Amino acid sequence: MADATQTNAGASGRAPDDASGQAQDSGATGPVLAADGTPLKASLNRALRAQKLRALALIAPLLIFVLVTFIAPIVDMLFRSVENQIVSETLPRTVAELSDWEATSNTLPDDATFDALYYDLFLASEYKNHTRLGSRLNYEQTGMSSMFRRVGRDVGDFGDLYLDQFEDLDERWDEAEPWAALMAHPGYLEDAAEWRESRDADRIDPRDTPAPRFRLAPGIEDLLPKTAQAYTHYAAFMRTEEEETADEDEPWTLVSTMLYEDLMAASAADIAAYDGPMADALQTAHAAAPDFETMTRKAQFLEADDEWGNLDNWATIKVYSPSYTSGYFLTAVDMKLGADGIVSQPEDQQIYGLLFKRTLFMSMVITISCILLGYPVAWLLANLPMRSANLLMILVLLPFWTSLLVRTSAWKVMLQQQGVINDVLVWLGVVADESRLIMINNQFGTIVAMTHILLPFMILPLYSVMQTIQPSYLRAAKSLGATPFTAFWRVYFPQSVPGIGAGSILVFILAIGYYITPEIVGGTSGTFISNRIAYHISSSLNWGLAAALGTILLGAVLILYWAYDRIVGIDNVKLGG
Amino acid sequence: MAYDQSTDAFVAFERVQKSYDGETLVVKDLNLAMPKGEFLTMLGPSGSGKTTCLMMLAGFETATHGEILLDGKPINNIPPHKRGIGMVFQNYALFPHMTVAENLSFPLEVRKIGKSDREAKIKRALDMVQMGAFGGRRPAQLSGGQQQRIALARALVFEPELVLMDEPLGALDKQLRETLQFEITRLAHELGITVVYVTHDQTEALTMSDRVAVFDDGRIQQLAPPDELYESPQNSFVAQFIGENNTLEGVVKNITDGLAHVQLDSGDIIDCKPVNVSKPGERTKVSIRPERVEYNKDRLSPDAHTLKAEVLEFIYMGDIFRTRLRVAGNDDFVVKTRNAPDQVRLKPGQQIEIGWLPEDCRALDA
Repeated sequence: MADATQTNAGASGRAPDDASGQAQDSGATGPVLAADGTPLKASLNRALRAQKLRALALIAPLLIFVLVTFIAPIVDMLFRSVENQIVSETLPRTVAELSDWEATSNTLPDDATFDALYYDLFLASEYKNHTRLGSRLNYEQTGMSSMFRRVGRDVGDFGDLYLDQFEDLDERWDEAEPWAALMAHPGYLEDAAEWRESRDADRIDPRDTPAPRFRLAPGIEDLLPKTAQAYTHYAAFMRTEEEETADEDEPWTLVSTMLYEDLMAASAADIAAYDGPMADALQTAHAAAPDFETMTRKAQFLEADDEWGNLDNWATIKVYSPSYTSGYFLTAVDMKLGADGIVSQPEDQQIYGLLFKRTLFMSMVITISCILLGYPVAWLLANLPMRSANLLMILVLLPFWTSLLVRTSAWKVMLQQQGVINDVLVWLGVVADESRLIMINNQFGTIVAMTHILLPFMILPLYSVMQTIQPSYLRAAKSLGATPFTAFWRVYFPQSVPGIGAGSILVFILAIGYYITPEIVGGTSGTFISNRIAYHISSSLNWGLAAALGTILLGAVLILYWAYDRIVGIDNVKLGG
Repeated sequence: MAYDQSTDAFVAFERVQKSYDGETLVVKDLNLAMPKGEFLTMLGPSGSGKTTCLMMLAGFETATHGEILLDGKPINNIPPHKRGIGMVFQNYALFPHMTVAENLSFPLEVRKIGKSDREAKIKRALDMVQMGAFGGRRPAQLSGGQQQRIALARALVFEPELVLMDEPLGALDKQLRETLQFEITRLAHELGITVVYVTHDQTEALTMSDRVAVFDDGRIQQLAPPDELYESPQNSFVAQFIGENNTLEGVVKNITDGLAHVQLDSGDIIDCKPVNVSKPGERTKVSIRPERVEYNKDRLSPDAHTLKAEVLEFIYMGDIFRTRLRVAGNDDFVVKTRNAPDQVRLKPGQQIEIGWLPEDCRALDA
């Protein structure tokens, strides 16, 4: 082979000289020209383009199908293994505040962080996505799910403290319309009234024609910036989630809380200068605010759930705040991204390394069993007369045509302790009735069943390669003095290696990702990594970890494929002819 | 090739029969004896049993009945790898995963011959077939002719006394075939090896062999040196199979002093040499080689019987003229004449008289 390549290289190495020689002969120094004067290369490309387009059109349906239904979902799934936008999307203000905080400082984050957390969580609990965030962070730190769920229930009541005191000053602080008059632009209020009228008369469907977009009253943003922001969020929530206008309901307690903060920050002169709606109530409130009963947000959070005082929880939020994370991959290799960097999981939680090793080991055992069992059958197939070979071929293919589930269940019947094999052994007296063999729900069961199921994938490539080995090779070897074994080992076997290679790749790659059979006959000690992936996809819903495990599995297969190509050469793999 | 069969037969088949299905015999009662150093060709149409005979000799098929002897010892129960017989196959059967040198080394390695000895033998064998520079190549990188040279070298490298060749040149083009025919015979004679050569190409058989065994229907029809086979075929199958042949059918009138008169179905009487006929009244096929037919009356003896003939076709072939005639109702009677300056060129439609020497015209079985 090596010689051939060298010869070819030599030939192609000479070719440019020959070409330039010709060009000089014809007196031209530029590229070779076609009859019409265009460069020959361009002319050739033009001639081939139609052909190429037609070929592309022929495969286009399949190509698009594969891209849409196969490649795209896989890429999307792989992407999930690093994607982590949920934290920064749900808690944007908290994440920003946390950037200055270090878990190693051994102190809880400052009040500003708790304020940001209050704002973020209030919105999240209204939009009901705080539980999703809780589940996500629970993968990394147990207990965070309930922490978020509990605080989500309470965070809406944090602001009651201020609302009640405003209400005591003026009843209007607990009513929808005075708030709207204070915060909203008069134009918005007119539009809103008109829209409401149409909706109530059933002239429009609020789903098709959403409420008018909210506009703040002029100047209010300068006077009460935080309140304006909170009210705007409230109005947007009403518009998209409730399909109502902002003045139909009294605002969130978040708005009252923000009003208190604004009033504490505002100067008396600015408040006095304001002459819009609710000017009197504002002035009263501004005067009373410094005497309000108050409570820090940190205290409120700790009161709701003292887990918020746990530094580890805060460290987890900080570590997983970036949009992309290596956390899933680290988990998949029994590591963990802690506050101090990457550390190993505790010994008793290391399961994925074991599963990967087991998957590789069992796939290897299955592949070797398939070679040992399949080689003689393939040899017989290739050397029997046509009629008997066809009959044997049907026997080989029969399992192929039977449902995978049926075959696996059949093995269950055969191998279980009250099953056929044990019954026969007991009947023969080989094993005692009370010491029946355990052949299922362990590695042995998985290996037996999968070897049987994957055997055709070994026999068929072997057979097609062996068919091309002429019997005269063996005869020649014998006539040259080789014993039948030497003739087989030195002449026949090396020529059948490409078949073994093809069969092994096929069986190994199929085995490494097998799911149904290990699930049914594997018990706990005979399951594969794919069973764990399936668990994370369908039960624990930790898709990120499932994607990371899948990516590692895919990477392992590609590496093995590459190694095989380097050692055996993929050109030597023959699946037929 | 005169020799005493009982004493110096190197290869002998004694009453050998072979059947594959238990119903029909592929080889029927084969008897054959070869002296050492002979080049014997088994020639015959496909299905005549010649390859089966070769495979029985090589040990890949077992004889159903009878004995095969090699150097006086029965070999029926010796497995092929212990027979020490070199073999060349039609499809070369060079091991594709080994280089040329490794292919040649194989028979030496299984014989446990030392490395330096091996290398010397391989070099000598490759030089013998003029392939000395190709030791590092793979068979797939060689042309058909080169591959067959290597196959030949491989069959010879372990110095067997007997080499079997199963249509070794069947897959090559004509020119290459002729070159290799010459080389194989040269090597066989130089090395003094005994060769059994199977082919269905009669030219090959005639040019290469010391003796040719013509096979048909599981039997040897005639075993003779090439000239004898061509000039004195023992029966009409051999006459038909070897070379071009004109056949006329008739009945023997009388036989006197080694000369038979045969009355053809058209009524004409011709002179022949009786070969397979013994008494008047027998039906016979009369065989005359195209180049032994004469239409120049001056060259025939005055008392020779002649036949009227009509020229149907005259073909100019360069070195010879080939003329097709209608003779005694036979439209395919061919005459070949040398392209000499004084040679007559016949024209279609011309009526001529033809004749021959009685010893060139053989009355064979019907």
